[in-house]
Amino acid sequence: MADTTHTAHFNRARSAEESPVKRFFRATEIDTRLLGMVGAMLIIWIGFHLLSGGLFLTARNLWNLSVQTASVAVMATGMVLVIVTRNIDLSVGSILGFVGMIMGVLQAELLPQLLGFNHPATWIVTLLAGLLLGAGIGALHGIIIAFLNVPSFIVTLGGLLVWRGATWFVTSGRTVAPMDSTFRLMGGGTEGSIGATASWIVGLIACVAIVASIIHSRKQRKRFGFPRRPIWAEYFLSAVGCALVLGAVAIANYYPWPTNIARKYAEANGIAWPEGGLFIAHGIAIPVLIAILIGIVMTFIATRLRFGRYVFALGGNPEAAELAGIKTRWVTVRIFALMGMLCAVAAAISTARLNAATNAQGELDELYTIAAAVIGGTSLAGGTGTIAGAMLGALVMQSLQSGMVLLGIDSPLQRIVVGMVLVTAVWLDTVYRARAK
Amino acid sequence: MTEQRTPLVEMRNISISFGGIHAVDNASVDLYPGEVVALLGHNGAGKSTLIKILSGAYKRDAGEILINGEAADINNPRDAKKYGIETIYQTLAVADNVDAAANLYLGRELRTPWGTLDDVAMEAKAREVMGRLNPNFQRFKEPVKALSGGQRQSVAIARAILFNARILIMDEPTAALGPQETAQVGELIKQLKREGIGIFLISHDIHDVFDLADRVSVMKNGQVVGHARTEDVTKDEVLGMIIMGKVPAKAIPGPGAMQMA
Repeated sequence: MADTTHTAHFNRARSAEESPVKRFFRATEIDTRLLGMVGAMLIIWIGFHLLSGGLFLTARNLWNLSVQTASVAVMATGMVLVIVTRNIDLSVGSILGFVGMIMGVLQAELLPQLLGFNHPATWIVTLLAGLLLGAGIGALHGIIIAFLNVPSFIVTLGGLLVWRGATWFVTSGRTVAPMDSTFRLMGGGTEGSIGATASWIVGLIACVAIVASIIHSRKQRKRFGFPRRPIWAEYFLSAVGCALVLGAVAIANYYPWPTNIARKYAEANGIAWPEGGLFIAHGIAIPVLIAILIGIVMTFIATRLRFGRYVFALGGNPEAAELAGIKTRWVTVRIFALMGMLCAVAAAISTARLNAATNAQGELDELYTIAAAVIGGTSLAGGTGTIAGAMLGALVMQSLQSGMVLLGIDSPLQRIVVGMVLVTAVWLDTVYRARAK
Repeated sequence: MTEQRTPLVEMRNISISFGGIHAVDNASVDLYPGEVVALLGHNGAGKSTLIKILSGAYKRDAGEILINGEAADINNPRDAKKYGIETIYQTLAVADNVDAAANLYLGRELRTPWGTLDDVAMEAKAREVMGRLNPNFQRFKEPVKALSGGQRQSVAIARAILFNARILIMDEPTAALGPQETAQVGELIKQLKREGIGIFLISHDIHDVFDLADRVSVMKNGQVVGHARTEDVTKDEVLGMIIMGKVPAKAIPGPGAMQMA
C-alpha cells in the first residue's frame, strides 16, 4: 500500500535525526508524563527510606501503603471522568461517610435481626445496598447539574454539607461497630489478604493478560496494515509489565503474619510451632485487589466503551459533542452516578478496614481524591486524564503522608507539605504541557 | 430549474426569536437534489440561525420543514441526521482532544460484537475516507488539536460525507483555509453535487461561493431579501441585495425586499 510505505519512510526519516532516547520512547509508545510521575514517586520513596533509616522500603510498609491507598485510589478513578468533563465533585468524602454509615447500621443492626448474626449473605446485601445508595446520590447530583443547570461546584459543595449532616442523623453521631466478619475482609489485614499461592496465581494471570493484550493489539494493527511497534519494543514492554507485576507480588508475599496471629492460627489448625517462627505470607490484600480491578474496569470504560469516548469528547468540546448528537446531559448524570457508586466501594473498604462506621469517615477525602486525579495528569480545563495516572497520583499522595508519619512529622506540618506538593505538581504539569505544545 | 420536481428540502415561513429579537422572521428557502444554494447575508443576518434550525441545533418557533415533500420533525441534531442532514459548522465542531477517527464517528461509533469500540475498524475507514479527501493526511493517532486548519476542515467534511448525507450544510466552509485548501473544498463540492447531494453554502463573503452556487438566497435582518439563479444576476447585483436589500429584475423578491417607491 502506498500509504504505509509513505508513513514508514516518513518515520524513518524522522527517527534518523532523533537521539536514541527519543527513538526509544517513540518505539515503545511509553507515556513520558506517566514515567516522570513514577520517577518522582521513586525519589519520594528513596528519600523517605534514607531519612527514616531504612523503614520505608520494607515489605511491611509497602504492603500497608497499598492498603491505605486503596480507598482514595478507587474514588480517584471516578474523579478523572468528572474532571475530564469540566466538572468537580466535592461531595465524595461526605457520600463515603453517609453510605459507610448506612452500610454499618445495615450489617451491624438491621440485617442480624432479619437474617441472624453473621449470616453469610450479610456482606453482599450490605454492599449491594451501599452501591445502589451511592449511585442514587450521585445520580441525584448529576440530574441537578445536567438538567437544572446548577454548576457542579455548587451542587457538590451542597452535597458535602448535606451528606455529612445526614451521616450524623443516621445514628445521632454514634459510632457503629463491629462490622460483619465477611464484610471486614474488604478492609485487608491478615484475614483480608489472599495468601502467597493465590497471589502468585493472580500475578501469573496478570502476566498472561499483559502478553495476550500486546499480541492481540499487534495482530489487529497487522490485519488493517497500520504501522506497528518494532518487535523488540513489544518484547521490552511485555518483560517490564510482567516484572513489575511479579515484583509487586513478591513484596506482598514477603510480608509475614504477625507472630501472635500466626501462633493462634497454628494452634487452631494443629500445626507444630517451628523454631524460627512460622512464616505465613500476607499476599495481596483484598482492598488492593478491589482497587486494581476497579482501575481495570474503569480504564476499560474510559477507553473501550462508547460512554468513555463521549466523556472525553464532552470534555474536549461540549458544543461539538452536543452537535454530534450525543445526549450530553445523560452522560453527565451517568458520570456522577458512577462516581457515587465508587464512593460506596471506597466506603466499604474504609469501614471494613476500620471495623466501624464513624461520623467523620472520609472527611477531607474529596480533597485527596481531587489532588490524586490532578497530580495524575487530569487537566482541570477538561478533556485529558487517565485512570492509571490518577491511581498513581493517589499512591504518591499516600506515600507522602505515610512517609511523614514514619518520620514522626506532626500532622499540621503534614498538611502544609501535602498542600505545597499539590500546587508544585500542578505547576510542573503546566510547564510540561506548555512545552509539549 | 425544473420547479415541478419535489424539493429535497423546503423550509417554509420559519421564525425564531431570542429574547424578543426576531433572529429569523418568516423565512422560506428550498434546495433541490444535486443543487448548491448559497445562503448569503451580513453577519447577524440570520442565515446561520436559519440553518441551525434545519440541522436541529435550534428549535423553530413557527413554520415547517419539508424533506422530499413530507413534513419533517426535527427537534435535535440526532433527528436531523436521521433525515440525512449533515452539517459542517463554522466553528468546525470537532472535539479536539481526541483523534481524527474518533471525531469522524463521534455519536455513531462502530462497535464490536461485544459492544466495545471498534477503534481499528474506525481507523481503517477513516484512513480510507481521508485518503480520498486529503491524500497527504497521515496524522491519525494525534488529537485533532495538533492539526492545521485545513486538516481539521477535512476531518469535519469527512465526517459529514462518511454517513451518506443527502443534504449537506456548510457554514463558512472556506473561512479558515488557505487558497489551495479552498480550491480543494471547491472540487469536493462539485464531486458531492455530481452524487446528487443537495448543499447549502452559508457565507457572508459572496466571492467565496458565487462560482460554486447554482442559486443564491439572500438574507437581511432575519428576513429573506430574495432568491436568484446565479446565471441571471451579477455579483454586484447580489451585493446590492446583501447590503441594500435591493432586488434585481430577474430575482424573486422575498418578504425582506426593499420596498420600491
